[in-house]
Amino acid sequence: MSEILSFYLNGNPVEVLVKPEQTLLELLRDELGLTSPKCGCNHGDCGACTVILDGKAVKSCLVLAPTVKGKKVVTADGLCSGEKLHPIQQAFLDYGAPQCGYCTPGMVMAATAFLLENPKPTKEEIKEALSGNLCRCAGYEKYTEAVLAVSKGEFGLLPEGSDFNV
Amino acid sequence: MFKSVGKRVKKYDGEGLVTGRMTYVSDLTMPNMLICKTLRSPYHRAKLNKVDVSEALKVPGVYAIITKDDVPHNYFSMVPDHHVLAEELIRYKGQNIAAVAAISKEVALEAISKIKLDIEELPFVIDPVEACKPGAPKVRPEGNLHLFDGTSEVRKIRKGDVEKGFAEADYIVEGTYTTPSQEHAPLETSASLAYLDEAGKLVIHSKTQGLYFTQGDLANVYQLPLNKLKFVGGTIGGGFGGMNSIHTDHLAGLLTLKTGRPVKFHLTREEEMLYSTIRSPWIFKFKDGIKKDGTITARKVDILHDCGAYTELGLYAVEKNANMIAGAVKVENLEVNSRMVYTNKMPSGSMRGFGVNVGQFADQVQVDKLAHAVGMKPIEVRLKNSFKENDENHVGNPLVAVSSIETLKMVAEMAGEELAPEYANMSSK
Ligand code: FES
Ligand code: FES
Repeated sequence: MSEILSFYLNGNPVEVLVKPEQTLLELLRDELGLTSPKCGCNHGDCGACTVILDGKAVKSCLVLAPTVKGKKVVTADGLCSGEKLHPIQQAFLDYGAPQCGYCTPGMVMAATAFLLENPKPTKEEIKEALSGNLCRCAGYEKYTEAVLAVSKGEFGLLPEGSDFNV
Repeated sequence: MFKSVGKRVKKYDGEGLVTGRMTYVSDLTMPNMLICKTLRSPYHRAKLNKVDVSEALKVPGVYAIITKDDVPHNYFSMVPDHHVLAEELIRYKGQNIAAVAAISKEVALEAISKIKLDIEELPFVIDPVEACKPGAPKVRPEGNLHLFDGTSEVRKIRKGDVEKGFAEADYIVEGTYTTPSQEHAPLETSASLAYLDEAGKLVIHSKTQGLYFTQGDLANVYQLPLNKLKFVGGTIGGGFGGMNSIHTDHLAGLLTLKTGRPVKFHLTREEEMLYSTIRSPWIFKFKDGIKKDGTITARKVDILHDCGAYTELGLYAVEKNANMIAGAVKVENLEVNSRMVYTNKMPSGSMRGFGVNVGQFADQVQVDKLAHAVGMKPIEVRLKNSFKENDENHVGNPLVAVSSIETLKMVAEMAGEELAPEYANMSSK
């Protein structure tokens, strides 16, 4: 049976009816109309649906929605404050990393969660961290370079907040 | 001096991409929207006797189920031989048989599970060489080999006299090259949203790479005048040529016409991988004659394109391939024989240089073989036989602004390859 689920989405409390078999991705896209997490495979293979759940990057198509009760979910469109982009977003934009852009929100979330955990990574570590995110247009090199630039402080300080790292 | 050349240019829609605020076709929804799911053939080849949708229609939340009889004109695609919904002879696994529009994905899938098929599995053929043999299972009632101009199994190019060219050669070099199928795998799978606007016009939000082409094609399927059918393009999550073929627009539109409600059809990754068009396989057989000094005297190429179950863009690919296959080398005596065969697989679509790069792969490997045969450097054989300004290409078109020699010389320089003076001093002029 459906139940009422409450959690925090991009800093705001949300209450929504959820079915037991619904995934977090379906909840975000179909019930809440939030389409920044994309669905590339629905099987945990592509990473397009990546969101940050209590500070960790997760593939939202693999998370059952009822399990996020009371937790904090951040999506790519929740990362920027008003018109100001998050440093990762600014770097991806300035490096021309997205082509079609369908993988980009997932890349943004995977990279953001990774840098919170490992603020001074090597290029190899960045590649490893993004290896669960497929880009069919093949922007891997630019995505990697952009994350490296952010880690070197070229795009300013990374905002840290209770929504990202609980 | 330049505003953009040599500089990083910001993508005009980049903010939308990095924030995820960009809306793709698969992101669209509308109030009262129905979800489309299709019943696909479980067999590569089969005889479809009857589709019974009576039980499926009783599932609460089902608004419409359509089969071939509900399609005003059941043919689509560039060569309009592809069935929108399967007729009696099923030609490939995953071919659409029936389409359901229902209140949710779950209801649509439940309805699909209640459709009863009276269907007989038939022997099938997957291998293109097998498909050419007499007695192979017939993919199409009219036979497996395509008839060019309705008359010839071979699409020919003839120039000079290859037998004379082979006789003049010091070496004959042969080679067979094959390329496999390849899926486009765009990260966003095919999706369409169709609805009727206030004036009763059918509007389709589409991932198509050819809006006007698709509009014309589907106006025919729906038997609607063009002013009653509007296509809306937009940002798409990858196409790579795959979106030159119609995968979802046709059925979303038909179900909207039938129900009057918005209908969304979004393929799963499995459907996209298994049943959408692909870059289809090719087989190339080369026979070349070459003199000791590296002059290519004759070239004969036999080509077989595995087109899959329907023509789709296969014929277009064959035509492009035939015109380019002889490569960037000047050959006085040339014979090209292209054939296209139907097999029980998903149809041949367009994909990034389709027909051309597969042929260039074969041609370039073959030219390397020629170089080994005569003991020359591979790049020198290419330079020796290169086209020059105002030469005629293999099908009689004059070549202008030719720069192949300059390009090859630059490649040699980048690769650190020393060229003998007779090659280093060459020019395309
Ligand atoms: S949609 Fe979740 S990993 Fe692909
Ligand atoms: S930019 Fe198209 S999939 Fe990554």
